[in-house]
Parts: sequence; structure tokens; C-alpha cells
Amino acid sequence: MSDRLGVTPAQTVGPYLSIGLHWPDGPYVVPEGTPGAFWIRGRIVDGTGEPVVDALVESWQADPDGRFDHPDDPRGARPPRLAGFRGFGRSETDDQGCYRLLTVRPGPLPDPDGGTEAPHLTLSVLGRGLLHRLVTRLYLPDEPAANAVDPVLNSVEAERRGTLLASAAPDGFRFDIHLQGDRETVFFAV
Amino acid sequence: MTEDTTGRGLPLPVYRRDDVDAHPPLFSPGYRSTVTRAPRQPLAHLPQRLTEVTGPLLGEGRLGDLDHDLTRQHDGSPQGQRIIVHGRVRDGDGRPVPRTLVEIWQANAAGRYRHARDTWPAPIDPHFDGVGRTLTDDQGRYRFVTVQPGAYPWRNHDNAWRPAHIHFSLFGRAFTQRLVTQMYFPGDPLFFQDPVLHSVRDPMARQRLVARYDHAATQPEWALAYAFDIVLRGREDTPFEDGDDDE
Repeated sequence: MSDRLGVTPAQTVGPYLSIGLHWPDGPYVVPEGTPGAFWIRGRIVDGTGEPVVDALVESWQADPDGRFDHPDDPRGARPPRLAGFRGFGRSETDDQGCYRLLTVRPGPLPDPDGGTEAPHLTLSVLGRGLLHRLVTRLYLPDEPAANAVDPVLNSVEAERRGTLLASAAPDGFRFDIHLQGDRETVFFAV
Repeated sequence: MTEDTTGRGLPLPVYRRDDVDAHPPLFSPGYRSTVTRAPRQPLAHLPQRLTEVTGPLLGEGRLGDLDHDLTRQHDGSPQGQRIIVHGRVRDGDGRPVPRTLVEIWQANAAGRYRHARDTWPAPIDPHFDGVGRTLTDDQGRYRFVTVQPGAYPWRNHDNAWRPAHIHFSLFGRAFTQRLVTQMYFPGDPLFFQDPVLHSVRDPMARQRLVARYDHAATQPEWALAYAFDIVLRGREDTPFEDGDDDE
């Protein structure tokens, strides 16, 4: 492959990202009223503990059956059985640094190495001061057996693994994202 | 659900990992906001599994007729130099990325964003929102009509000014290809003092963020034109891909 092209470098979304990236239906991975739907809410904080008010979280996940409506899923693209399931969510942070996503529990996924991935969402974090998106994963706290054998969780040093676990909340789960500091979230190169 | 109990041997595409210099280092203290926001721990390795090699294929239903033309979204015309911004979206192997959503946003001709937190004393243009969306065609081409954005001051360093730019957001085919970047204009005299552009250390890579003036694409007696081609990550060659060359 002698004629490979250099990739276009990333740049920050800057402070006014909401002009271009705001979708009124962004936070709705599933429509309101979907059976089993819950909210994932969280706050993004910087290294000084200040909320990050000019950021955006995007989520991507399998449907409840663990399938993707996508041609590169080698099991075949399959439209979700759950009406209105988009798989993708997008939420700007508000003036408290908080984002929110309405979604349903993704199914577990087969892993090419023969294992099983626990239900998870993959997240991108974009914001002022972030020259490239940050990538992390969100796991659910009420899946201890699946989480215990998840290959990605297990690849993370034990003392930092907890930063990838959401916690229970009244209407779903809470998942704060710490850009720096003692509780810095694990971010990935993908 | 009985068919999917094991994924052993699942033939997943593999996206080439970016070179170290391909993107700006997250911690780039010349751009002051990175100091409190860039993670300090090294990034962990995420294998590319089903969630990463798939991604949202959105757009068709999200676009209005005039979303690609930022000069026709109001009753009146916006102030400023009308320009066409067009280009091709390809992957690192030169393959077009078709039917992918491209979102842009920008300041108006005076360098002012239509945003509550942009308060510097340059005029708002009532006829310009500064937001556009389109889908690439089957060859990966996109085209916007807009106005030349102005430069604007910011507080990063003494007498700091952002060179004129347009923000671009792209999804590509998979989560691995997601890219948000900025397009700059050729010959901008403000480049030398801009830490955001210069956060890209490799001069060749930096040059890929600068559009090319494209006289052939101008519209006589109407608009000047710039070409900005975008390259998303390519895939490793795998046996799987041989049967997948969809032309």
C-alpha cells in the first residue's frame, strides 16, 4: 500500500460546539416511553474540580439483543427489534457540566477471542481544551458476573477499573467523567 | 439468541492505529485549556471489537433542503464574501466514504459566533446562524455554500487571535473513524501565533488542515471556492476485506 493517505488531524470543537452539534433529539438513544428505558446522567469535571460546561458526550452501543444494524457486523446487519432504537446518543453538557442520555441496556457481545463482552456503551467526549476526542467505556454496576470476565475491563489496572463503572441512580445510572485528578477516568486509544 | 453464544473467529475489520504524530498531543500547554482538561494518565489500549468497528450510519432523515447552504437559511442574505467549500471524504487507502454525515459550524463574517457565551464586540448577523449539514455522495463528495468567516480574539495569550476557520465533524463508517477538526484558509497571516493549529506538530499534517483555493469550482459572479479534502482512518488489509471491495 504505497499510496496511503495521511489522516486529517483532529482539532478541538472549541467552546461553541453546540452551534454545530446540537440535536434536539440527541440524548434519546431510544424514544421517551420505551419499555425498559433509563437515564444515564453524569458530570464532566476538569483537573481543578470545575464542571466542564462546554463539552459533548456521544454514545454508541449494541441493541438489547447484542446486535448492530451495520454492514460490518459479521453476524449480519440486523435492524433492532426495539422500535426507535438508534444506538447513538449525543448530549452537550449544561451549565453544571452535566450530560444525559436516555437508553436501554445493551446485550452482551461475542468477542473474537472466544470470550464475551459485558454490556457496555462506548463514549466519545469532545470539548474545549480537548484537541482530540476522548474515548471511554461505560459498564453497568448490576452486571457483576459479566463484568468480571469482560476482556476490556480486565485489561485495565484493577485500581482504575471502577472509573468505568456507572453507579445506580433513581432513574437509571450515574457516570461522572473526570478528565484529570485522583479519579481520572480511564480513556482509551482505539 | 442461540446463534451468537461464541464469537470465536468473528472476522472483524481492523482499522489502522494512527501514527503518534497524526493528531495533536492532548496535553499541548500552548493551548491553555488543555492544561486542566487533557488526561494525565497514558491512554489505555482498546481492542477494536464489535462496538468499535460499527457506528451510527445516520443522516438521511436529519437533513433539511437548505442545510448545506448557510447563505439561504434566512429571508435575507448574510454579510460577507460568499464561498463554496467542497471536497472529498476518503479513508487512508483512498477509498471514498459515501453517505456519511458532515456537520460544520463557524463564526460570521465579522468573526462572531451566534452563541450566548461569545460576547466580544463584533456584530451578530441576523441572517447567519453559521451551522450546516450534508451527506457525502456515493463518491464521498460534499459541498457547502457559506460566507468567509472572520478571525476573532480570544484570551489564550496576549493579543491572541484565532485564524479564520470552519469546524468540521464527521462520523465515517465506524466508531473508530469519528473525526472532529477545523478547516483553515490558505495564507492566513494569523497562523504563526495560533496554538490550536500548531498543536499538530508535523508540518505536513498541519498543512492537511489548510484548504486550497479552487478557482475551477467558483461560481462566476456569485461565489469563490475552496477545496478541503478529508482523510479518515484506513483499514488493515485482511482476508476478510478481499471479498468486501464494494465498488
